[in-house]
Amino acid sequence: MKKKIAMYWGAGCGGCDVSLLGIHEKLLELLDDIEIVFWPCATDFKYEDLEKMPDKSIDIAFYNGAIRTSENEEIAKLLRKKSKILVAYGSCAIEGCIIGLANLYDKEEIFRAVYLENETTPNKEKIVPKEKAGELELPEFLPHLKVLSNVVKVDAVIPGCPPPKPVLIEALEALLSGKTQFGKSVALCDECPRRDTKPDKIEIDRFYRWHEKQDDGKCFLAQGIICMGPATLAGCGGECIAANIPCTGCMGPPPKVRNQGAAMLSAIASLLGEMDEEREKEVIESIQDMVGTFYKYTTAKLLPKGRVKDEG
Amino acid sequence: MARRIGVFVCHCGVNIAGVVDVEKVAEELRKYPGVAFATTYQYMCSDPGQNLIRQKIEEENLDAVVIAACSPSMHEETFRNVCKDYFNPQRCEMANIREQCSWVHEKEEATEKAIKIVKATVEKLKGNEDLTPIYVPVEKKCLVIGGGIAGIQAALDIADAGYEVILVEKEPSIGGRMAQLSETFPTLDCSQCILTPKMVAVSRHPKIKLMAYSEVIDISGYVGNFDVKILKKPRYVDEDACTVCGDCEKVCPVIVPNEFDMEKKPRKAIFIPFPQAVPSTYTIDREACLGLAPLTCAECREACEANAINYDMQPKIVEEKVGAIIVATGYDLYDKSNLVEYGYGEDDDIITSLEFERMLSASGPTGGNIIKPSTGETPKKVVFVQCAGSRDKQHMPYCSSICCMYTAKHALLYKHHVPDGEAYVFYIDIRATGKDYEEFINNVMEEERINYIRGKVAKIFREGDKIVVWGVDTLTGKKVEIKADLVVLAMAIVGRKETKEIAQLLKVATGVGGFLKESHPKLKPVEALSRGIYFAGCAQAPKDIPATVAQASAAASKVLALFAKDKLEKDPMVAVVDEEHCSGCGVCISVCPYGAMQRQPNGKAKCIEALCEGCGTCAAACPSNNIEMRNYRDEQIEKMIEVII
Ligand SMILES: Cc1cc2nc3c(=O)[nH]c(=O)nc-3n(C[C@H](O)[C@H](O)[C@H](O)COP(=O)(O)OP(=O)(O)OC[C@H]3O[C@@H](n4cnc5c(N)ncnc54)[C@H](O)[C@@H]3O)c2cc1C
Ligand code: SF4
Ligand code: SF4
Ligand code: SF4
Ligand code: SF4
Ligand code: SF4
Repeated sequence: MKKKIAMYWGAGCGGCDVSLLGIHEKLLELLDDIEIVFWPCATDFKYEDLEKMPDKSIDIAFYNGAIRTSENEEIAKLLRKKSKILVAYGSCAIEGCIIGLANLYDKEEIFRAVYLENETTPNKEKIVPKEKAGELELPEFLPHLKVLSNVVKVDAVIPGCPPPKPVLIEALEALLSGKTQFGKSVALCDECPRRDTKPDKIEIDRFYRWHEKQDDGKCFLAQGIICMGPATLAGCGGECIAANIPCTGCMGPPPKVRNQGAAMLSAIASLLGEMDEEREKEVIESIQDMVGTFYKYTTAKLLPKGRVKDEG
Repeated sequence: MARRIGVFVCHCGVNIAGVVDVEKVAEELRKYPGVAFATTYQYMCSDPGQNLIRQKIEEENLDAVVIAACSPSMHEETFRNVCKDYFNPQRCEMANIREQCSWVHEKEEATEKAIKIVKATVEKLKGNEDLTPIYVPVEKKCLVIGGGIAGIQAALDIADAGYEVILVEKEPSIGGRMAQLSETFPTLDCSQCILTPKMVAVSRHPKIKLMAYSEVIDISGYVGNFDVKILKKPRYVDEDACTVCGDCEKVCPVIVPNEFDMEKKPRKAIFIPFPQAVPSTYTIDREACLGLAPLTCAECREACEANAINYDMQPKIVEEKVGAIIVATGYDLYDKSNLVEYGYGEDDDIITSLEFERMLSASGPTGGNIIKPSTGETPKKVVFVQCAGSRDKQHMPYCSSICCMYTAKHALLYKHHVPDGEAYVFYIDIRATGKDYEEFINNVMEEERINYIRGKVAKIFREGDKIVVWGVDTLTGKKVEIKADLVVLAMAIVGRKETKEIAQLLKVATGVGGFLKESHPKLKPVEALSRGIYFAGCAQAPKDIPATVAQASAAASKVLALFAKDKLEKDPMVAVVDEEHCSGCGVCISVCPYGAMQRQPNGKAKCIEALCEGCGTCAAACPSNNIEMRNYRDEQIEKMIEVII
């Protein structure tokens, strides 16, 4: 019997939906084994269709994107009810991803930045969206961005932004054969094409941004270019590194790490060469955008209730 | 898992009990799950205190104990030794309620915190596993790198005790800097005369394998078990066959400067650096010789009756296994070309202290005569500049420690050679802390009527046939100008660049000036952080010959202590890598201060237990959170935190 599959796009860029097409001919192979019962982005399904389905009638539901609005939350709950296995698909659903950086700000700050202060958004009338405008009712913009597991029980995760091809293929095959545990259990360096170029002792005298240094083809970290590989789950095969770009950590942390950013920060701080305190401070402060570098993908998961405001 | 824990709270006189209510601590702990017994005592570490532990373990049938007292670095060993007779020493933990509590907190707050600390320690103890010490076999052979007086002394001491030594020297002869010196302060005995017998003793010692003209190119392994690769450079002369007749030297057409004479004296392409060299043999300088491929000259081979010369000699790599390593790679002078204000020292009549030593030496470039190099005349006015490049933030910030003394010696020897000459010494302070040193300096200042001027030299430059020295006499506040015939710079002492290279091979640290970093500046001055590696002589810091010899013997005694046992016993508190989850990112390998984390052929990290000191640096740094410290596992630490907050 063909497995019944659903895919939903929550708050996200849409890359995850597209990534499913990125497995190319493999998708055609899979189509023999599956029946798509709900995929608003690709086929014409309405929410009523979903509501009408019997509980647990969907074999596997994939939820991509985060939970930003009350609508996202509603669908997440509905999907949970209707499916046997609910999968968090992609970084947004698992840990909030780039849009999760919004949890550093509150709703008002976000609206102000997006609708009033953004120079590329002409808004002479200074209109800010409202939830109710006459007859029309829009879903609520939640105070904070949530990840899928904040709202419902999640059975499996497919990491990545979006899930890279090898990760996705392995995950789909596993899920279709009934497994919910799959993927690698080491960090990216293990499969990195530059791993063998690592020197015995990595010592960082200063940090370079990626464009500031002529890449010598060796391990980025050893060159003083921050690469999140050591604190990032393997599986992608080092796609970015193969394209000469350091890893930004989209696969999330390896299994034993709870806080990807902290793990990488403490590793990096330990790798600084011998220097006095003043210089140390200078070097650390030279890192542009700490949160965006070390917590690009995991901020929302780690700050589900937003940022603790500085006192005073 | 423990089981029946006994808690012993120490008063430490009033140190703890004066602040912390120790009775209350014992009372609270008595109620804590897993604790079978709790009491207090005046001094737990005293004999009666230790006996109390024994007695209670037996009476109360305890299977683990917590001693709430001072820091484990003080007494953990004491108490674990007591417990050893009853159960695994890992079942004894110390809770530090002194340094971390009574010394830094007030009454009630202190008692409350003490209770938490002890409870947390009880929780840690519950998670401890029984561990057995790690045993490491020891190869009883020592590698000594550097054949200066430091290396020579260390090698002789160890060999005299009956152990094998490999002494590696990169130059054609051992002897180091001491062989270059003329006479030595404060007794003015001839340097060569006291050194040569030791050099000969090295070459004759059955337990010493001397490998001169050789370099250590690779070192791996750890205490008791180092694998070293030594490159024996070709001399093109058979060491054993050469009779040092010197016939070859006479016919060799190539003349180059002799490094041993600070390049102030010529030598041939085939040479012996100085007559007393050990091993006693000629060496062909491959850069200068015309006989090596392409062969355009074979004069020496024809002249050599002993048939000792072989142009086809090849470099050889010798592999050795040793249990300990002494680094005695010595010093260099700071390069005088760094001294902008002294005209980069480029002038012929501005020389370094070592050049002056060679000048004073009877076998040196001038046959022991003091001359003004530009003219060959006897200099009538000589200025000695102390601290050239030392104690100067622009150059080397530290005191080179021996320059005051040898400068006094230089001035004195100058006056002996040129009684009607005038000698001036510029100094910042006089540091003469050794035995009989102050007397020596006083004698030089007073009896020899040498002009000591307190102040720094601002500028040195040539004017006609004189070298002008400008300085300020800080005692009178007056500017001083001296038109001298010769200026001698007492250059700062720095570590050799080779020391850095060796340090990298050994994964030990070097500090300011390129000197090796000892494990503890006071208590472990001859030990590296990594076990089995020791330092001697000026490679560690500038020092004079007596201090060098003393340190060499100290390093040797450390090696002998290591060799006294067949196996090394090691604390089992080490790091453990979960290989399955290791990505081989190399962070731990980079950060381990003891070189204990090493990469395996499969790319993953592995802790060499013999080297690991259990410091935990790697565990904190591993970005995969993949390293656990034995008996300091995450769950244990989490439990401790839970109890505390
Ligand atoms: C001008 C001057 C005058 C001095 N006068 C006195 C004095 O009168 N009295 C006194 O007590 N002290 C005096 N000293 C100090 C004295 O020279 C030192 O204390 C002593 O030489 C230190 O010996 P060492 O063995 O540590 O170093 P060194 O003598 O430098 O010996 C180091 C040896 O290691 C070898 N080596 C280096 N690297 C390697 C390598 N990688 N592999 C193999 N071999 C290597 C070197 O070739 C050298 O032979 C004077 C110093 C100076 C500069
Ligand atoms: S740090 Fe980055 S570049 Fe270096 S081996 Fe790891 S993933 Fe590759
Ligand atoms: S290299 Fe890093 S950022 Fe790139 S796909 Fe892999 S995990 Fe994501
Ligand atoms: S072969 Fe070389 S060492 Fe011998 S005489 Fe000729 S130049 Fe000198
Ligand atoms: S605990 Fe880690 S860092 Fe410390 S000595 Fe052991 S291996 Fe090295
Ligand atoms: S730091 Fe951790 S992941 Fe990296 S090599 Fe060491 S044990 Fe492996």
